[in-house]
Amino acid sequence: MSLQLAPLADSSVPWPPSVEEFFPPGLVGNWVTKFSIMVWIAVAVIIVFFLVTQRNPKIVPNKAQWLGESVYSFVRNGIAKEVIGHEGPRFAPYLTSLFVFICFINIFAVIPGFQISPSSHIAFPAVLALISFGLYWYQGIKKHGLGHYIKTSVLLPAPWWVQPILLPIEFAQILIIRPLTLAVRLFANLFAGHLILLVFTLGGFMLWNAGNIALAAVGVISWGMAIVMTLFEAGVALLQAYVFVLLTASYVQTSLADEH
Amino acid sequence: MFLAEGDHTPSPVFPIWQELVVGTIAFGVLCFVLMKYVFPQMEKTFKARVDAIEGGIERAERAQAEANALLDQYKAQLAEARTEAARIRDEARADAEGIRADIQAQAQQERDRIVAAGREALAAERQSIINELRGEIGTLAVDLAGKIVGESLEDEARRKGTVDRFLSDLAGAR
Repeated sequence: MSLQLAPLADSSVPWPPSVEEFFPPGLVGNWVTKFSIMVWIAVAVIIVFFLVTQRNPKIVPNKAQWLGESVYSFVRNGIAKEVIGHEGPRFAPYLTSLFVFICFINIFAVIPGFQISPSSHIAFPAVLALISFGLYWYQGIKKHGLGHYIKTSVLLPAPWWVQPILLPIEFAQILIIRPLTLAVRLFANLFAGHLILLVFTLGGFMLWNAGNIALAAVGVISWGMAIVMTLFEAGVALLQAYVFVLLTASYVQTSLADEH
Repeated sequence: MFLAEGDHTPSPVFPIWQELVVGTIAFGVLCFVLMKYVFPQMEKTFKARVDAIEGGIERAERAQAEANALLDQYKAQLAEARTEAARIRDEARADAEGIRADIQAQAQQERDRIVAAGREALAAERQSIINELRGEIGTLAVDLAGKIVGESLEDEARRKGTVDRFLSDLAGAR
């Protein structure tokens, strides 16, 4: 990743934005960094919110209790039941935890003061993808047994002469492609999103400082774009959380399915 | 494993191993708390809510059934009361009829009795008057005839029964 473009002008603005922007120096090595702090904040906020609002649940909920229940109902009925079927509610607690966690760490991308998401470090999406991987393997093996699970997952109803091509692809699918794409999709979206914000924001400064009135005007437009892209990023952050959970549910469903 | 370490900028596509650990622990803590304390509680709340709604419907249905039963009961009672009233009215009417007939019969009897008594009394009176008159007329006639004839016919008349015969003739002629 050494796509270093020539700077447009000499200034204090770090231009072009590089991978360095994603790795600010840690406070205590790599253990306590901006990223790990954001993750802990997310965990703390979520736990406090849910514990406080569900401390004394009522049949007729107040607003906060209703909000927490709505998130759970959304994942439970909208994803778990919808995708997995009647066994779905069993997975709703995990899927909701996953959804809320990804939503929170993603939304840091647009929160002033943070403006970068832990998801733009691949470690966090990788952990979540590995857990999803473990989940659908475990569920498949538990239901079918290892051999039968692999057989139902890998062996497609196709003519025998296609199988030499299909079998490796399908095997790679459940072993490598699914977890990898899960992690990379989330990571890349948030990584690219942050990069876009950097480009428009820092680019605006570059243009403003260029000493040319026309370029300064373009710089203002660039900042406007940064605001628009921030809103867009907020959408992407929530959408990616939804996609991640939806795909996890879908993988669990295929593991539980009797036929491929 | 490719681990980013050291002073140089880490590659963004290789995870930092400390972050893997932090992410695992943080997400693990989150899942533990939410899945143990929060979501089961929510499921309970949902269930309680469903029960409350279904219980409410059930209670309403029960109340409705009860009301219907009461209504039926009242209707039955009302019909019974109506029948009872009609029966009492009929009985009263029949009673009145009977009483009137009794009174009428009694009055008739009384009238007949009174009329009969009157008739008897009248007949007795008449007989006594006739008897009395018969005596007096005889005496008067004999006295009168004696005065006209100039002598007493009293003994003769008594002897021969003239007056009686005359009166019998008179009665026979009539």
